[in-house]
Amino acid sequence: MPKPYMRKMPATWWLTKRAYFWFMMRELTAVFVGAYCVLLLVLVWKLKQGSPAFGPVMDWLQTPWSIGFHFIALVAALYHALTWFALLPKVIVIRVGEEKLPPILLVGAHWLLWAIVTAGLVWIVFFK
Amino acid sequence: MAKSTGETIWWSLFAAGGVVAALLIPALILTTGLLLPFVDIGAIPNVKSPGFVGLFALAFSVIGKLLLTVAISLPLFHCAHRIVHTSKDLGLHAAHTLIAVLFYGGAIVGTGFAVWVIWLFQPVSS
Repeated sequence: MPKPYMRKMPATWWLTKRAYFWFMMRELTAVFVGAYCVLLLVLVWKLKQGSPAFGPVMDWLQTPWSIGFHFIALVAALYHALTWFALLPKVIVIRVGEEKLPPILLVGAHWLLWAIVTAGLVWIVFFK
Repeated sequence: MAKSTGETIWWSLFAAGGVVAALLIPALILTTGLLLPFVDIGAIPNVKSPGFVGLFALAFSVIGKLLLTVAISLPLFHCAHRIVHTSKDLGLHAAHTLIAVLFYGGAIVGTGFAVWVIWLFQPVSS
């Protein structure tokens, strides 16, 4: 089979245009999301082992390293959500009779759902 | 062709993980990583920490278990898919198969471990 032609590209191509840069930032959000999921898995694992195993985890959560990581991860996850919801109107087309549902309503509905989920979790964990 | 079927599965998991990562992950990061450490030392007035017992009861209730399983496993596949494809865009064609096996494999192992921890693991001491 003939090898497909591949144009040589420097690995820094995404620094040449603003749009490429934000594309790469969007892809980078996945690294933080993945890292957080691994962390959450460890957290749940230690929690299940019992109070003596969970104590050091709680202590670590209070270090500046942890707070810093979670802050960056939150910004990354929010940027992921922003780009993900913004793409939805291109994937989902909802028709109301003859009219197409305006994209802003679809995106808005997802942010509303996001707000309910976020407020719901905070309420259940800290206020119930 | 087998390859296209495979791609469909990875893409579906990527999409499902993307939804979870957008809707659920910010709330979890905020709760476990940014609010819990401050609430636990009493830094926020009038908000009581759920403590070990409260967190345990929440995490391992039926809804908590389902939520954690979904919140850990699906974004792992989402993350793997993005890394596998973007590494190609960054010129890592030669290592593509290795990267794919490593990251999709990692997501499968992570999911397996999560299911075991959340649903099966019973520590002897507790």
